[in-house]
Amino acid sequence: MKQPLYLFTNSTVKRKDNTLRIETSENKIDRPIETLSEIYLFGEHSLNTKLLNFLSQNKIPVHIFNYYGFYSGTFFPREVYLSGHVTVQQAAHYLDPEKRITIAHKFIDAAASNILSNLGYYKNRGREIEKQISRIKTIKKQLALAPGPMELMGLEGNIRDLYYSAFNSIIKQNYDFEKRVYHPSDNFMNAIISFGNSLVYTTVLSEIYRTQLDPTISFLHEPGYRRYSLALDLAEIFKPILADRLIFTMLNKGELSEKDADQKLNHCYLKDTGRKKFLRKYDKRLRKTIKHKTLNKQVSYKRLIRLDCYKLVKHIIGEAKYSGFKMWW
Amino acid sequence: MKALDYTGTQVNYFFVCRRKLWLFTRDIRFENENEYVQLGRLIDEYSYPRKKKQIEIGKIKIDFLDNKQGIIHEVKKSRKIEKAHIWQVKYYLYWLKSHDIEHITGEIDYPKLKKKEAISLTEEDIKAFEDIFAQMKTVLDKAIPPEIINKPFCKKCAYFEFCYV
Ligand code: SF4
Repeated sequence: MKQPLYLFTNSTVKRKDNTLRIETSENKIDRPIETLSEIYLFGEHSLNTKLLNFLSQNKIPVHIFNYYGFYSGTFFPREVYLSGHVTVQQAAHYLDPEKRITIAHKFIDAAASNILSNLGYYKNRGREIEKQISRIKTIKKQLALAPGPMELMGLEGNIRDLYYSAFNSIIKQNYDFEKRVYHPSDNFMNAIISFGNSLVYTTVLSEIYRTQLDPTISFLHEPGYRRYSLALDLAEIFKPILADRLIFTMLNKGELSEKDADQKLNHCYLKDTGRKKFLRKYDKRLRKTIKHKTLNKQVSYKRLIRLDCYKLVKHIIGEAKYSGFKMWW
Repeated sequence: MKALDYTGTQVNYFFVCRRKLWLFTRDIRFENENEYVQLGRLIDEYSYPRKKKQIEIGKIKIDFLDNKQGIIHEVKKSRKIEKAHIWQVKYYLYWLKSHDIEHITGEIDYPKLKKKEAISLTEEDIKAFEDIFAQMKTVLDKAIPPEIINKPFCKKCAYFEFCYV
């Protein structure tokens, strides 16, 4: 199975025959191109067009993060898996309000399920979060009644507020998260969440790229300029599974703390150490496997995203109704 | 689609799985991430390095043409001689014949079996093609893909996860 490559230490990345050569001030590492699914660049790296062409030929996207670890963009090789039939049908599902809301609803419904599954896990471990759970359940029942994506987003916002308000009980570190969550961008908790979210977004984007789906045509989020809004749609489902759960565990075990963050002007961001620690666990989580019920084989968490993309394609071409992935464990 | 617009792969898929034919024709294709097909690719690339010459005529792509003897070759990595392979090569012969290129025969090379299978085009085959094309058209005219076929070889198919998820 192909794996992502994460580069932190400043380097020069080159093409060397059919291999990627990473040169740092200390050493040289060669990675055969067939082993890579995508590349993440943190820190400062030099690359040339010869390398970009090589990556493009091998269909390897490159996700770039700035100095503070904020996602700045993706080098997306030319789309290769395009299918006119799928694109036309995907657009048709966006244009027809009823068809659009059907899909949008499934995203939020699955996201809410996965959020509840996280909360249920901590409730079973004695956290006082019964109130949030029952309110989210009530809102979840109203999702199907939302007349349009705007209202759906509104309900999603309510769910998220309740979810965040439970963080204070879930996380055992001596730290008032509740208060801080409501002051975006200048606090530690927010820095972790947004780092986690940007990783999920890029992972989803890489998976969409390997299917016929057009990443710019979305259903829940309004398709916007200069962003791949379908990745935002699907990320809703996978954020609780891939990022949130990890955040809770790492904070509870003290594997991440405020020492891993830094304050610059009005921004709090994860330092290199924090990012590395988080990414290591995130990558491990992507590779973790479960036995898939219908495929009857082990699949990785990362693969679950691809499978959801396939389900979406099947829905779009009129073959089978889509429903988003829901944790059952 | 007119009969002679099909590719050899489409004719092959018609015999393997009609669902695959439908999906493939609509460009719903998947990178084969399972080892079987990657092996297939390697064999295609490296088995006959010296003789290999790929020729494209119209819609068809022939692995290589042995000019002196008038034989077209097709390399298959499988461990079994399959009907789909045979009809794919027969289709090439049919295609060439329809373009007035005659006295050509085919050969399928199975490097893993260390076997060669000689293929020719008979009068019955030519008649059979009329029926094959008609059936292919019926499959491809469907608005949604044909059902999953539930065969053991589905597990090795590039479409497996897409079909069974
Ligand atoms: S997995 Fe089976 S049903 Fe699906 S395309 Fe392949 S052979 Fe056909």
